Amino acid sequence: MLWTICIFATLTAVPLFAILGEVLLRGYNQLSWSFFTEPTPTAYKAMKAIEAGERIPGGIANGIVGTMIILSMAVVVAVPLGILCGTFLAENSKKRFAKVVSYLTDLVQGIPSVIIGIITYIWVVVPMRGYSAIAGSVALCIMMLPLIIRSTEETLKILPVSLKEAGLALGGNKARVMLKVQLPAAFGGIFTGVLLAISRVIGETAPLMFTALGCSFIRWSITKPISAVPLLIWEFFNDPNLQELVWGASLFLLIFVLSLNLLAKYLAKKWNQ
Amino acid sequence: MESVTPILEFKKTCVSYTKQTMAVKYVSAAIERNTITAIMGPSGCGKSTLLRAVNLMHSLYPNIRVDGEILLNGENILSMEPIEVRRRVGMVFQRPAPFPTMSIYDNVLAGFALNGIHLSKSKKDEIVESNLRNVALWNEVKDVLNKKGTFLSGGQQQRLCVARALAMNPDIMLMDEPTSALDPIATKRIEELLLELQKKVTILVVTHNMGQAKRISSRSMFMYLGELIEYGDTETMFSNPEHERTKAYLIGKIG
Amino acid sequence: MNDKLYRIILFVAALTIPIVCGGVVYALITDAYDAFEHFGFFRFLTSSEWSYTEGAEQYGALPFITGTLLTTLLALLFCIPFSMPVAFFVGEYFKGSRIASVLSTVTDLLAGIPSVIYGLWGFYTLRPIIIALDISSQGSGILTASLVLAIMIVPYAASLSAEFIKMVPNDLKESAYSLGATRAEVVRKIIFPVAGSGIFSSYILAIGRALGETMTVTMLIGNTNNIPTSITSTGNSMASIIANQFGEADGLRLSSLIAIGLILFLITAVINMIGKMMIKRARIS
Repeated sequence: MLWTICIFATLTAVPLFAILGEVLLRGYNQLSWSFFTEPTPTAYKAMKAIEAGERIPGGIANGIVGTMIILSMAVVVAVPLGILCGTFLAENSKKRFAKVVSYLTDLVQGIPSVIIGIITYIWVVVPMRGYSAIAGSVALCIMMLPLIIRSTEETLKILPVSLKEAGLALGGNKARVMLKVQLPAAFGGIFTGVLLAISRVIGETAPLMFTALGCSFIRWSITKPISAVPLLIWEFFNDPNLQELVWGASLFLLIFVLSLNLLAKYLAKKWNQ
Repeated sequence: MESVTPILEFKKTCVSYTKQTMAVKYVSAAIERNTITAIMGPSGCGKSTLLRAVNLMHSLYPNIRVDGEILLNGENILSMEPIEVRRRVGMVFQRPAPFPTMSIYDNVLAGFALNGIHLSKSKKDEIVESNLRNVALWNEVKDVLNKKGTFLSGGQQQRLCVARALAMNPDIMLMDEPTSALDPIATKRIEELLLELQKKVTILVVTHNMGQAKRISSRSMFMYLGELIEYGDTETMFSNPEHERTKAYLIGKIG
Repeated sequence: MNDKLYRIILFVAALTIPIVCGGVVYALITDAYDAFEHFGFFRFLTSSEWSYTEGAEQYGALPFITGTLLTTLLALLFCIPFSMPVAFFVGEYFKGSRIASVLSTVTDLLAGIPSVIYGLWGFYTLRPIIIALDISSQGSGILTASLVLAIMIVPYAASLSAEFIKMVPNDLKESAYSLGATRAEVVRKIIFPVAGSGIFSSYILAIGRALGETMTVTMLIGNTNNIPTSITSTGNSMASIIANQFGEADGLRLSSLIAIGLILFLITAVINMIGKMMIKRARIS
């Protein structure tokens, strides 16, 4: 019995290394300075390069810039909003409204990413009459919110009551005690929650498909369609001429996401003593 | 004889958690200035509950009711704003609770930060030094004021918490079993500290340690199941208690 | 900062969630309405037509509902033999050890891999294997999608189950051992019954996760609009048909896709709610 368990448990580790290995092997020789600084080539250029037996020119710079822009906008909204909402839930856990909000937070967390894409299309893309980075960041923001709310709420709840009481006993009002005593003490848990939320949404494609749409050159405007790394991977997959590029982009994304995950785990362990 | 307003007076104070049960029943007592008054009694007698009513800690929990009066320098705190009251009443808890994200320096000044009071750097330095000296901690930490308070020993942390509370210049200091989480040596140092401090501030200590009450307090209250059974000079109470219950507690029959 | 302002700010922040939820439900219902009105609610659910000839458009959700349910069920079946051992490995047999935490980390990393990369791996690695093993001729289909989906949900099922297995009180286990039980017996007769409802609820949540998975399924399921007849047929799930066609759809087709989205939303919401409720109950007991 023990052996069966050990064998099957170890087998579960295989896909991680298989995927990592494959992406690494197929993608590492695409990584170069130009890969990160040049936008995607046109299908024509790519076709010519393939015919000539050369490496496809260009890279994923438009995706990297796009991801950074969409992500920063999403983070700037989701983090304060999520922390405030999580604080509300921690401070009012017995009230009925808070219980409803808690229930609904779980609901939003479970919404499939493609549905979030549809909703953002309806509420942002249609009124704005066009795809944009703003729409993409709204979609990612909605996906990040429940994770940040939960980690804030849970970290605050785990803090010893004596901290809050000591702060209040010194004459602080609830706002000051939260701002100067409780939230700073909860910083570790909140920060790792934010890191995990970021690593979760940075690789999402579906919510960006009908919101940011994609763009083949580097774009800095937030009211027009914009690219993103996962979107590029999807585009490369679907374009017979650009399929080669899929692996370099995937390697970049995979390493980024896994590093964020490991960092979050490491910090969580370090700050938990 | 000149009548001096007692610094703190309980007048038929009652505290109840639910409509049916009262944790503190009609306690009336006047606390004298610049004394250490101990509140003793077995577990569940209501001593902590009574203490925490003095700085309105119960206002955090909506189901707790306090009736009667508690007068601080003649004013009834039950009709005052909690923040008002807490600025005049200092509290030290059982578990030392230095704020983990603040340095020792900032911990001493935490009361001011939490009240939105801004001080000049020189005033801050002055307050930190004088209060840390008052708790005999200055020499031990004066070179590490910027470090966080969590690396200090339990006894040092508790002295830091006392300094923090003292910095606000309270009328009265409440201590809820301040040494029960500390080892005997640290306990001794805190007790010596309290004996010194009583010259500057009135102290009300809840303790389940009879020896401690005997060692440091000049007046003692004995509570049992929410009622104040006896209140008087510590020495007299220990050597010649008036009530049967007190006697039974002191010789270990109950508790 | 005074307390009144503080409470108002927190309250307003908390309003975001109900607003988002309301917005989701409202948008889905109003935009799906056309399709439901046109085709009739039950006809839409049970029809397998999907043709966009002008003037005679016919849309129905049945093939996609079947596709979603089939892939999810198969994924669940495939994931159990792997997630259970991991859960017991980490939660009981090697509880607290270094190797358990390594396995935990590895499993968590599996959860972190973006779904589009899972899809890529499934397409370029798994598919050729399936073709080579002669299981199917084009390699894509329900089976391929379910296999990769299974790998994706293993972390969710395993880590949550492990949590419940760890929660089984030591004294219960020790009493059993002192009566002469073997390890296997303790697992079967003590741990399973006590942690059972928690383990079950973690699988419900894993199902919730699998139901909504989009990219992997879209890349591996073959993208045909028929009701799958065997596990090697191709098909589409609710998520994948939306991903494929939403971009160019309009009018009635758009409304039908949103209607499918509404159905997917409802199914996922119900399953997740059941799962979370069971978890709460299992945690309390």
